[in-house]
Amino acid sequence: MTKMFGAPIPRREDRRFLTGGAAFLDDLGHDALAVALVRSPHAHARVVDIDVSGALDVDGLIAIYTYDDLTGALAEPLPLLIPHPALTHGRTAHALARDEVNHVGEPVAMVVAKDRYLAEDAAERIAVTYEPLPAVVGIEAARHADHLVHDDVPGNVAANYTQAYGDVDAAIASAPHRLSLDLAVERSASTPLETRGVLAEWDTESARLRVWSSTQTATGLRAAIAAKLGLDLTNVEVITPDIGGGFGVKIVHPWPEELLVPMAARALGRPVKFTEDRAEHFVAAAHERAQLHHVEVGFDDEGRILGLDVRFWHDHGAYTPYGLIVPIVTSTQLLGPYKPGAYRVEFDSLYTNTVIVTPYRGAGRPQGAFVMERTVDAIARDLGLDRAAVREANFIQPDEMPFDFGLTFQDGRPLRYDSGDYPATLEKLKKLVGWDSFEAVREAARAEGRRVGIGLACYVEGTGVGPYEGGHVLIETSGKVKVATGLTTQGQGHQTVFAQIVADELGVPISDVEVVTGDTRRFPYAVGTFASRAAVMSGSAIALAARNVREKALRVAADALEADTEDLEIVEGVVRVKGNPGAEIALGTVAVLSNPLRYAFDEASQAATQFVVGDPGKPPVADDDEPGLEGRDYYSPPHATFANGMHAVIVETDPDTAEIRILKYAVVHDCGKLINPRIVEGQIHGGVAQGVGGALYERMAYDEDGQLQNASFMDFLMPYVTEVPRGIDIDHLETPSPLNPLGVKGAGEAGVIPSAAVFASAIEDAEGIPITSMPISPSELFELRETATSARTDSRRHSEDQR
Amino acid sequence: MNVRLVVNGVPYDVEVPPRRLLSDCLRHDLRLTGTHVGCEHGVCGACTVLLDGRPVRSCLLLAVSVDGLEITTVEGLAHNGELSPVQQAFADCHGLQCGFCTPGFLTTITAGLRENPDPTEDEAREMIAGNLCRCTGYQNIVAAVMKAARP
Repeated sequence: MTKMFGAPIPRREDRRFLTGGAAFLDDLGHDALAVALVRSPHAHARVVDIDVSGALDVDGLIAIYTYDDLTGALAEPLPLLIPHPALTHGRTAHALARDEVNHVGEPVAMVVAKDRYLAEDAAERIAVTYEPLPAVVGIEAARHADHLVHDDVPGNVAANYTQAYGDVDAAIASAPHRLSLDLAVERSASTPLETRGVLAEWDTESARLRVWSSTQTATGLRAAIAAKLGLDLTNVEVITPDIGGGFGVKIVHPWPEELLVPMAARALGRPVKFTEDRAEHFVAAAHERAQLHHVEVGFDDEGRILGLDVRFWHDHGAYTPYGLIVPIVTSTQLLGPYKPGAYRVEFDSLYTNTVIVTPYRGAGRPQGAFVMERTVDAIARDLGLDRAAVREANFIQPDEMPFDFGLTFQDGRPLRYDSGDYPATLEKLKKLVGWDSFEAVREAARAEGRRVGIGLACYVEGTGVGPYEGGHVLIETSGKVKVATGLTTQGQGHQTVFAQIVADELGVPISDVEVVTGDTRRFPYAVGTFASRAAVMSGSAIALAARNVREKALRVAADALEADTEDLEIVEGVVRVKGNPGAEIALGTVAVLSNPLRYAFDEASQAATQFVVGDPGKPPVADDDEPGLEGRDYYSPPHATFANGMHAVIVETDPDTAEIRILKYAVVHDCGKLINPRIVEGQIHGGVAQGVGGALYERMAYDEDGQLQNASFMDFLMPYVTEVPRGIDIDHLETPSPLNPLGVKGAGEAGVIPSAAVFASAIEDAEGIPITSMPISPSELFELRETATSARTDSRRHSEDQR
Repeated sequence: MNVRLVVNGVPYDVEVPPRRLLSDCLRHDLRLTGTHVGCEHGVCGACTVLLDGRPVRSCLLLAVSVDGLEITTVEGLAHNGELSPVQQAFADCHGLQCGFCTPGFLTTITAGLRENPDPTEDEAREMIAGNLCRCTGYQNIVAAVMKAARP
């Protein structure tokens, strides 16, 4: 049989997406009542009064809810999902605003009507009286704290957290060279093409709730709904339909709507659905990225970093439902493939009157990589050394693995790199992009009056964090293999890659394997899809479960074939005695034999009744056995597994218009063993495109009053095909992870992590002007040129004056 | 208002309010949910359908405005269970991930290749330059256009 693991096979789920047969959230529940939310138009205000009387005569209105209608746990603030000892002033919103709103878009009232058009009609007629308060917008304003987002949070600081190893002050003070840098990254957002949505049905007779949500965690949402609505967990089911992208934003749970919609469905006894519109998604979901950094670094003549001191300020928006995950990831993953002699990182996580900040693909790493790589480039420039050579001088070497920094990662576990070969990765990248021959390219371009630059950037990504995932594998009497895992799918091709794993482990044709994800009815124990963890966590758990099934299949088949299990193999779904053609039994028949029956209902089951199977002197099912041919297992890692990669880009900057064009983009990537190279490359393509967006186009343009000025696809510039590189050159290393049975590492987020860093490096190289803030638009680059020119003129004048 | 829509060759008589968007009518009245809505302001292209063979954004049209016209949605691209060349090329080239934007690309490219059956790569990129995809980085979508043109 052809080995499936590692094969770039086409995806098995594609057909339904290509024919219109997929079922996304809003494709369900056509007869459900529809929801529209009244959302705050103010960034910061007291809610003085809500007058619904004008809405009451809207045709088709079913119900209106405000905070006063919430009871029990639902009236309490939303959960703070990930507490942390340093998060001393964590705050979360109410499902509907109680007496204060803290960002534009915060829900104030919910309307339920016959359809969305009518729900919006009614929502428009609800009159809310606000008393506006001063808005805190941007990190500078938050830090300055002239005004407070929450009255009881001094300085707008939710958390201050420091991690360190070594004596960083001494290391920097005694270093032969020192630099300091100030760096900034602006806001962007996941922006999946499918917005958020939730549908709920309440079964009055059985008092059970069934919820469909476009979420990245079915089990997490289920537990949250049960807790907030006062239901037993067993009476709540959460199902994820097809999901139109997530990129992090859909890991947040429960969204207010994910509680309010089930609440209304139960109260009204009818299905209720919320489908977010695009404008809402901009102001009522989540953003990421905005941070300001100050770096002090000391280094030697070769550019080796002796001491690195990073102080940064993280804008987490109005509330902290997702704790400190993003800034902790920044503060630890900033180190990348390097080993500074001493390191200290301190951050403040700050409140602003803007949309909440929660992980978006990369989750704090793009900022960390930007800061580290800018620092390394600055060192190279300062010493007049090759940027690649300075990186090489700072790499952790393969023989130093596992490498433990003595810091704590975002999962509360050690920051301990398990494997990786950074020098080999850099070598491959230099070849792939033509690093060593670039000066000739630059000269040739210059001769034509063109301006080009090259940049490179490295990252290490902790993937596959715990606590655990599980897998269930069942062989039916037809021979069909049914696989379930609890985490969810948003386009990663899980129905293909998990089937590839099972096909190999069991020795069955992949066409016989069917995979279900994110359905709490099929697998109730799970965590969710985030942190590039699905292949590592569920892939491993499913492999272990399949191995259990294989072991049982061989045991049952050995009995039936009167052979030793060691002499058996499974090929194309048939268990056979090696070297003895004809001595074989199909897995479907083994499934029949593994379930002693009293009742026969077809020919297959006639062969398995307790009257014909087994030793009449023993129980039909042994004490230590179970009926059926199925297995369940879990994978729980000691800590994250660390993937790595390096990107290089060649850009051309227009001397007149400052337009930035991508001439070449190269990626070398090491995510351990590749399950399906085609899917991994697709993930890289998508990550790079999002990275281009984050580096050159996308930003959340808040004005000083906290109004988001570009809350539409007209004005928030996501890349079209015209903005992405024409071709992305990709090369892989496969350094297996020793931490899991498949040797895999996560791949989902990688493509986006070094983008801001690599573009800054290339633009700086082309222009000779320090690039310290991303994203960068042509007009900003133009401004930088003007500033640099006038600074040069000033300094020339200054030196002439002195003469 | 009563409207007659001929969708994928099948006539439907449907009663809709004048403000009903064509996208909502297709999805929720006719229950042809293959057409997706990504932005509701005509920028993302996910809702693209063919109106008398030409690609249009169904979120920018009112259902009542297309009375009597022929509409092709993604559900109408395959014939007798066989994928169209464009659909097949997407499967072959890994041209989709989450699949949400895919129907709009498929309809756009189907019309584009009718107009220009043998595009250069530049023309292929031009063909899809009005559709947003957040997953694929477009690389394999461009490859799929080329493959669909020369299967």
